[in-house]
Amino acid sequence: MDDTAVVPTGASGPRVEQIDSVVIRFAGDSGDGMQLTGDRFTAETASLGNDLATLPNFPAEIRAPQGTLPGVSSFQLHFADHDVLTPGDAPDVLVAMNPAALKANLPDLPRGKTVIVNTDEFTKRNLTRVGYPGSPVDDGSLDSWQVHPVPLTSLTVEALKEFGLSRKDAERSKNMFALGLLCWLYNRPTEGTERFLNTKFGRRPEILAANLTAFKAGWAFGETTEGFAVSYEIAPAPAPAGTYRNITGNTALAYGLVAAGHRAGLPIVLGSYPITPASDILHALSGMKKFGVTTIQAEDEISAIGAALGASYGGTIGVTTTSGPGLALKSETIGLAVSLELPLVIVDVQRGGPSTGLPTKTEQSDLLQAMYGRNGESPVPVIAPRSPADCFDAAIEAVRIATTYRTPVLLLSDGYLANGSEPWQLPAVPSLPDLKVSFAPAPEPGAPAFRPFDRDPGTLARPWAVPGTPGLEHRIGGIEKADGTGEISYDPDNHDKMVRLRQAKIDGIDVPDLEVDDPTGDAEVLVLGWGSTFGPIAAGARVARRDGVRVATAHLRHLNPFPANTGDVLRRYQRVLIPEMNLGQLALLLRARYLVDARGYNQVRGLPFSSAEIATAITSLASEIEIEEVY
Amino acid sequence: MTTELGMPTVLSGLAQVPHLGPDDAKQTRKDFTSGAEVRWCPGCGDYAILAAVQGFMPELGIRRENVVCVSGIGCSSRFPYYLDTYGLHSIHGRAPSIATGLVTARPDLNVWVVTGDGDALSIGGNHLIHALRRNVNLTVLLFNNRIYGLTKGQYSPTSEPGKITKSTPVGSVDTPFNPISLALGAEATFVARTLDSDRKHLTSVLKQAVEHRGSALVEIYQNCPIFNDGAFDVLKDRDEAQARLIRLEHGEPIRFGADGAKGVVRAADGSLEVADVSAVGEAALLVHDAENPNPATQFALSRLDDATLSHVPLGVFRKVARPAYDDLVRAQVAGAVEANSGPATDDDLAALLAGQDTWTVSD
Repeated sequence: MDDTAVVPTGASGPRVEQIDSVVIRFAGDSGDGMQLTGDRFTAETASLGNDLATLPNFPAEIRAPQGTLPGVSSFQLHFADHDVLTPGDAPDVLVAMNPAALKANLPDLPRGKTVIVNTDEFTKRNLTRVGYPGSPVDDGSLDSWQVHPVPLTSLTVEALKEFGLSRKDAERSKNMFALGLLCWLYNRPTEGTERFLNTKFGRRPEILAANLTAFKAGWAFGETTEGFAVSYEIAPAPAPAGTYRNITGNTALAYGLVAAGHRAGLPIVLGSYPITPASDILHALSGMKKFGVTTIQAEDEISAIGAALGASYGGTIGVTTTSGPGLALKSETIGLAVSLELPLVIVDVQRGGPSTGLPTKTEQSDLLQAMYGRNGESPVPVIAPRSPADCFDAAIEAVRIATTYRTPVLLLSDGYLANGSEPWQLPAVPSLPDLKVSFAPAPEPGAPAFRPFDRDPGTLARPWAVPGTPGLEHRIGGIEKADGTGEISYDPDNHDKMVRLRQAKIDGIDVPDLEVDDPTGDAEVLVLGWGSTFGPIAAGARVARRDGVRVATAHLRHLNPFPANTGDVLRRYQRVLIPEMNLGQLALLLRARYLVDARGYNQVRGLPFSSAEIATAITSLASEIEIEEVY
Repeated sequence: MTTELGMPTVLSGLAQVPHLGPDDAKQTRKDFTSGAEVRWCPGCGDYAILAAVQGFMPELGIRRENVVCVSGIGCSSRFPYYLDTYGLHSIHGRAPSIATGLVTARPDLNVWVVTGDGDALSIGGNHLIHALRRNVNLTVLLFNNRIYGLTKGQYSPTSEPGKITKSTPVGSVDTPFNPISLALGAEATFVARTLDSDRKHLTSVLKQAVEHRGSALVEIYQNCPIFNDGAFDVLKDRDEAQARLIRLEHGEPIRFGADGAKGVVRAADGSLEVADVSAVGEAALLVHDAENPNPATQFALSRLDDATLSHVPLGVFRKVARPAYDDLVRAQVAGAVEANSGPATDDDLAALLAGQDTWTVSD
């Protein structure tokens, strides 16, 4: 029922088995370096040409109390010799660095799968702390799994004894030992990690040597110990010819903004206030000054978007990045940007809400806030990327819409996309969209007075009249303006007209049609998604199709305006299923707009859907049709 | 790569703003007057400020299209509509933020923030102190009438304690801000106070503020004839004014009153106090040092003012050179571009996108 099964082929020799995919979860204390271990394993896997998807999962606390359940940090990686759609429903291998990591993650590990435990940490104290009466490694309670007890900590300390490090310092390299062991087990190359460690610790030779030694010792341990009689190989996934890298959503989003600025020939000015899980976009952009990128770390969310809007007014591409609670604070300024009709890109990396909610966990529950979270009729285009790498294209699309239509644009990423990663085929820079814009030119002598609210008949955009242009001096602001002249106007009919004009401008945005994936061409169930549920929906549909269910899928990138054919697509199917990590926000919009009985499939657990859950929901909805047909 | 935080080399706030050339027509007050009908209440102090600004703008010699007036919300914030320059009437308290982004993006603009005591010190207090702290190259005109005008007469963050208003029928219990103390506390590099009714002083102070590179804050005591009429009348009556107004001149001993009989001296507790010159002697008088980088004495000077306006220092409290935020930001970007041997090319972008670890799939 999932797309992650380990299939030993048995075709090769006794020591190496070919398998087609595997899901590995590294789990430990939030100080154990699990995210780094996962990142490095991912990088080695990516360089082998496997397709992959990752799911980092960590607590909001920087260092939760050691050895406790709330302090467990994990990193899951799914890689395969075919296309991978999700980070995997359940791990095939769990690396548990301590009892808390085992206890927190074992419920997700199907029976029969592999668990590697660091026995050194299974002390009486650590066991008691998480409520284990005795060690599960010894008392038979793990008999349903393949357990590899490895004294990771003491083996690491032993391997490092020649370096004269304190025991505590030596122990810190145990994640590298674990990484080395897993690299051996799955025949991952080691050069990349060695290069990485050299770069990271080049200036601290003793730390570098310790990490390299621990890493190699882990590898050698796999090779020599009898505990691991078999290692695994996973062939590269077929992929279009090209150059690839692995990329997270936040990095891809930052790169997309830089690329958009480059293609527009305009500077990017980011106004931002740190907030999880969006901060990495600020971090990435702050290092891109040579691309003409300016970053302003403002005193608060409101000021951050204000600075971005001021920069847009000045003729640059103003961008602000935030997460849900920050978006709430920015509402007033987004409304002003709607009134000013200036370009502005607002990135919301959604996380669990309401309020502070679950800062490090994912959710899709800001859709209605993005659509309607402002006073007055203030329509704003909304777009959402579908995968980590797609954040690059979504950012470019956001800039295209903002500059073409002179409007704030909301881009809804989420925590899963932000921190998750996947391989990305590098685009050729000249093939990226041409985003050149033209500012309103200085008028010829004797020309009639400049009218800041005259509109382009095609886009309904008003001129982008940048300060410093002689002859275009004008005043704009949040008070209603007269159509055309832009003078303050309280005229009832003018307001009605301006409200409709602003709406018509957004409704008229050029949006590609919704594409439907229906391999058999006779599906009766449509699964429609948006944002990061793309992978789980596609994987779930794949599972359902394998079970004979005829199901079509479609995915919305543009949520405002919807693609023109959305209603037609929805009405073509007997049942429409809308999985969302909220309580049915897209479903609400579609039902209201198209009067279609779309059904929600909703979970708000701070985690992406599993493909099995989606498949079950599809099958269940499909069976309704069968029942109807029987009656 | 780091940028040296040296002293600013460009000291004028207008240094990078295009100026009129010898062949350009001379600008007049009319060039800075928009066609919009001015809709302040009759007798409002804003008229005098607008007239003063329109009066001296032509003298700055900069191009009109490079002037931008950004405002928040309130009576004062209608100001941009009446100037025939670029103008942005924004939202409550946010003008300093919007101006920060604009100034950072555009060094060639002369950017003004026009705001009031409610706008700047209540809803926008955070943005104001941070703009001042950063020393963004902009000029803040803070119209202080100690009342909320546009919302019809509630007390403001500068209203005196006990103020009876619509929202405080038995008197305000809030402790008011002293805007000058606040600005000095935020280490603004130019801080001054003037009066709406003193056209000459207003003009002189504002011109200095515009010429200053970095954040300049000018508090303008301004009369609201409808909701707080006469709040500053004691400063406008000739005799009272003489006894209360302390006109600050950099490098001069601080004296005021009839025949300069009063002066400001250091008190035993380190603060400042008013004394009879005849009693303390001229040598004991404090010499005003607006250029002292340590704002402690300037702050002490600002504390002479109280809610009863018993002693009101007027003029430039502080005028010091410190690198402007926007100059530093642009220097970092320019430095990175220079280190790259010029603006980023397609190849630079391709290299960024590729990063460190790539792999190639062939046909």
